[in-house]
Amino acid sequence: MGWVACRVCGQLNRGRADARACCARCGSELRLRKPEAMARTIAFLAAAYVLYLPANLLPILETGELGGAKAADTILSGALKLWHGGWWPLAIVILIASIVIPFAKLVVLTWLVVSVRRGTATRLRGRTRLYRLVDTIGKWSMVDIYVGALLVGLVQFEPLATVSPGPAAIAFGAGVVLTMLASHSFDPRLLWDAAGARRG
Amino acid sequence: MAERPELPEGRELPEARPAAHRLRWGFLVWVVPVVALVVGAWLGIESLLNRGPTISVTFKTASGLEPGKTKVKYKDVDIGTVRSIGLSDDHRDVVVTAELTPQARGLIVEDTRFWVVRPRITGGQAFGLGTLLSGAYIALDPGKSKAGRREFTGLENPPVVLSDVPGRQFILRAEDLGSIDIGSPVYYRHVRVGQVVSAELDAKGQGVTFVVFVNAPYDRYVTSGTRFWNASGIDASFGAGGFKLETESLASVVIGGVAFQVPPDSDPGQVAPPEAVFVLHKDRDTAFKQAVTIRDVYVLRFRQSVHGLVGGAPVDFRGVPVGEVASVGLEWDARHREIRPVVEINVYPQRITARLRKRAATVENDVVRARVLQRMIDHGLRAQLKTGNLITGQLYVSLDFFPNEPKARVDLAQAPLEIPTASGGFTELQSSLENVVKKIEKLPLDEMGADLKNITASLDVTLRNLNALVERVDSEIAPELKQTLESARGALGEAQGALSQDAPLQGDLHGTLRDVGRAAEAIRNLADYLERHPESLLRGRREEETR
Repeated sequence: MGWVACRVCGQLNRGRADARACCARCGSELRLRKPEAMARTIAFLAAAYVLYLPANLLPILETGELGGAKAADTILSGALKLWHGGWWPLAIVILIASIVIPFAKLVVLTWLVVSVRRGTATRLRGRTRLYRLVDTIGKWSMVDIYVGALLVGLVQFEPLATVSPGPAAIAFGAGVVLTMLASHSFDPRLLWDAAGARRG
Repeated sequence: MAERPELPEGRELPEARPAAHRLRWGFLVWVVPVVALVVGAWLGIESLLNRGPTISVTFKTASGLEPGKTKVKYKDVDIGTVRSIGLSDDHRDVVVTAELTPQARGLIVEDTRFWVVRPRITGGQAFGLGTLLSGAYIALDPGKSKAGRREFTGLENPPVVLSDVPGRQFILRAEDLGSIDIGSPVYYRHVRVGQVVSAELDAKGQGVTFVVFVNAPYDRYVTSGTRFWNASGIDASFGAGGFKLETESLASVVIGGVAFQVPPDSDPGQVAPPEAVFVLHKDRDTAFKQAVTIRDVYVLRFRQSVHGLVGGAPVDFRGVPVGEVASVGLEWDARHREIRPVVEINVYPQRITARLRKRAATVENDVVRARVLQRMIDHGLRAQLKTGNLITGQLYVSLDFFPNEPKARVDLAQAPLEIPTASGGFTELQSSLENVVKKIEKLPLDEMGADLKNITASLDVTLRNLNALVERVDSEIAPELKQTLESARGALGEAQGALSQDAPLQGDLHGTLRDVGRAAEAIRNLADYLERHPESLLRGRREEETR
């Protein structure tokens, strides 16, 4: 027996952790852990990995100039263009925000999932802090999409110049959302559960 | 779990209610990666599909081309972008790699042609002015082949005729290029109906071959009887009909052009098949003149100089042109042991009989031809060199009948039949002049000179005698002459004395003259009286009147 706090109304309920139960006051489902945390995290992670490839390989922005010359840039080629054009601080920001961080998040989440599965008992606090970091910076990965959306909205001076989103924009945005969903689905308490299960 | 927080007082924690059994939808989360996979695969496949074929085109220069920017266009529709530009392995050419849209897949076949569109002004027309602003682009003209290809050699100049323009190509052979260029217009009755597609030297360098493209529907006017001619420049002629100036169009004066037409009076024939070969004539007159297709070759052997006779010089019969000189050469005459000029002429028999339509226009059979010729030669048909232009000394061949010429026979074994020649015309005049000169040369000028010398010597003697004579006159006759003159002067003085004022002769003369005057007055009075009284002649003078 133990106490379970309702996530909706905060009512503490007495009940068993392993049985399905409802809050005595509001009737919401009571849970000790996030439901199906591992399965969901793995599913979202897999989806994010799948979308990561087209997001980086396909053009994210298509720009048109006078005379019909059109250029399509992927995230990497855009950053390289900025770098060659002398805008290297901006290039670094884009490289970090749009390539390094999304990938790092995926890697970190994958590591956490793997460590839960393997029941690693070391550096539990460090891994938790890492998880909190991933969860916090999740939404900031959408910088690229924000910039793209702004440009598409602002730069519509046909026929002088046009900007339109490329197919990678969808993949990238979806990838970021899926990563956020994955980190939301993950329950860091599982780290301790796994470590405890192994010890005990 | 070890230390439990105190529960609020006076309250029992409620027991969690057991939840109803619910369907578990947790497995649905796996739909997400599946969807992601599908979406990702779709994006990837679509981009792969959108990529289209990648081609490489070799050009001489990459002027105006920019990787990532230069477009590949067909009918002004973007069908691709230049991805990279590099040098060929031997560093001679530029290899342009372009990525095309999937739409372009059907356009890229074995005989597709590529060229760079740059601003260009040729043949009185300006092309690609739009590229001044947007930059050059690569244009293509799809081929008809079914086989695919990925590596092409680009054209340096845009093709004159695109493959989707209806019409037909014809091949023209000419002696030289004239002022015709690729893109020069082709005219039919002064209407612009096509253009020159290519012009290149024959492999052996013995002429120029043109390919002209005639747009539909005008291509059906090109028939087997059509003649093509070079319509470049201005054709000015000054003839009996006055000054004539001919040109196809002002543009063709500058950029050259080709015209074609079926000669009047001649059969147009069948519509010519594509790629049919025609001769490109020098001008309209030559083109139409060549309407005669049958020509007889004859040989003339002259004894005189043929200086001034060139190939193409006219052959006329009593002033009507019936042919032209084909060639002028020399020949060793074994019988007479001399080298003689031999002239080959083309005679167009159709011109001779053209007005007599009913009769057979040609004498096809060689034997018959020879017999006819023999008959004409029996009647005195001879060829003669005549001077066409006294200043330049140009000659032409004249055919005429000379009944007084000695008989001649046609050698039937000879391949080109020979027409006997007669000297005459200016050359005859020349030879008679030569005869005169020869006669002058024959005069005994030396002897005449000697005689003249003798004459001079005797003249000298004569003059000397004359001189002696004059001296004698001076010394002997002159004094006597002086005496004679003096006595003559004395006689004259006496005569003067006799005629002077106070001489008695003078006085007598005065008296006599006075008497004569009185007598004259009396006669006048008498005449007056008689006039008034003519009766007095009969009656005598009246009394009262005498008073």
